[in-house]
Amino acid sequence: MKISRFFKTILMTDFISGLFIAVKELFKSKKTINYPFEKGKISPRYRGEHALRRYPNGEERCIACKLCEAVCPAQAITIESAERADGSRKTTRYDIDMMKCIYCGLCEESCPVDAIVQGPNFEFSTETREELYYTKEKLLDNGDRWENVLAANIKSDNPYR
Amino acid sequence: MEYLNIIFQESYKILFLLVPVLVSVAMIVWLDRRVWAFVQKRQGPNVVGPFGLLQSLADALKYIFKEIIIPASSNKVIFILAPIITMTLALIAWAVIPFGVEQVLADINVGILYIFAVSSLGVYGIIMGGWASNSKYPFLGAIRSAAQMVSYEVSIGIIIINVLLCVGSLNLNDIVVAQKEMWFVIPLFPMFVIFFISALAETNRPPFDLPEAEAELVAGYQTEYSGMMYAMFWLGEYANILLMCALGSILFLGGWLSPIDLYPFNLIPGALWLIFKILFLFILFALVKAIVPRYRYDQLMRLGWKIFLPLSLTYVVLTASYLFYFNLLPTI
Repeated sequence: MKISRFFKTILMTDFISGLFIAVKELFKSKKTINYPFEKGKISPRYRGEHALRRYPNGEERCIACKLCEAVCPAQAITIESAERADGSRKTTRYDIDMMKCIYCGLCEESCPVDAIVQGPNFEFSTETREELYYTKEKLLDNGDRWENVLAANIKSDNPYR
Repeated sequence: MEYLNIIFQESYKILFLLVPVLVSVAMIVWLDRRVWAFVQKRQGPNVVGPFGLLQSLADALKYIFKEIIIPASSNKVIFILAPIITMTLALIAWAVIPFGVEQVLADINVGILYIFAVSSLGVYGIIMGGWASNSKYPFLGAIRSAAQMVSYEVSIGIIIINVLLCVGSLNLNDIVVAQKEMWFVIPLFPMFVIFFISALAETNRPPFDLPEAEAELVAGYQTEYSGMMYAMFWLGEYANILLMCALGSILFLGGWLSPIDLYPFNLIPGALWLIFKILFLFILFALVKAIVPRYRYDQLMRLGWKIFLPLSLTYVVLTASYLFYFNLLPTI
């Protein structure tokens, strides 16, 4: 054993310098946040809970083209459509199985009218499985609730698309 | 009537010691987690109560309401007895810790021997818990723990001999008073360091927390325990850590003596000084937990038997010959 190493071990220099570093870190600002009270910033592209948007006049955006249903790699989306009295094609059923969904964002990419989007909400855990079978009403409701944020996110991400 | 009165008075005194000790154990757990988190730049427990101070109480409440599961193949009597023994032994040792000249529950002349004996018995709680669980991880954890505690107790014993040579009495109050001129941490500094490290090993703290090394032994001897019985192990463990800190501050840091015998300092009551010193040592314990990686088992045994034991034995010889040569041996 080298002499210098011997003295290092006996005097515990490594340990003591480590102790000083620890004491220094003790007073530095914290890197974690108080989660439920304080939330981290998330990107406008964040792929969270789904929502179906409406036009400003209240008409649903979705035209039942079924591109999202086709592109969905997990086959979580089920759409049925019918002609409405005014001759437009609209969905009669738009279900997303949130447990099948892998949150890849392809439905949002494929939508030609920005109807189905994934919003910033990631806190939608439930106590039963049934609550995670999202229906059209639930999705439209989500869209109404998050519309401001969704519109702002789509707008801010627009230059990059 | 006479003896009833005495019993009443004594239990009053005991409660006066035990309740603060238990409360401070709860606080110390909070402090431990908080310091650990701060070193890692986390927030630590900060939700329950101001600064999260009541976190341990919330945990205790949770433990109380949890179901106690006793494994079917365990030896039930011993299984239940083990945490009780651990906690009782950790608490009864506090009887001889002096918080001032008069403020000591039992001012016995063999105080240090008493503490040493009681902390040696602490191994039994662990080995009983590990054996009675009748399961492999607790058993292996208990064996490791027993071996570790026994081997580090040897070096602690010899370190205590060093101090006793300078004092000439086994009474803890005498040990404190003997440090009036100079705290023993100055002449016996290497012994203080070894005592600190041995205390870490003795109380199964990181870096010597092998008995409960999660990666290999789940939770060591506590694996099969749940609810209040687990909480009792945990209380006993932290009470033991506090006891070791108290012992360290009494043996080396002058116990309830103030650091300088000057006007503003000796106004502060001795009990507060002792608490400051215990807290200082405990924060060191917590910092060490945050910065040091766990030892391997053979390294642990090598450190105990091949380094600390010869080192402290040599120091006994040195201290004794120094005291003898300069005629400084205490005469009582």
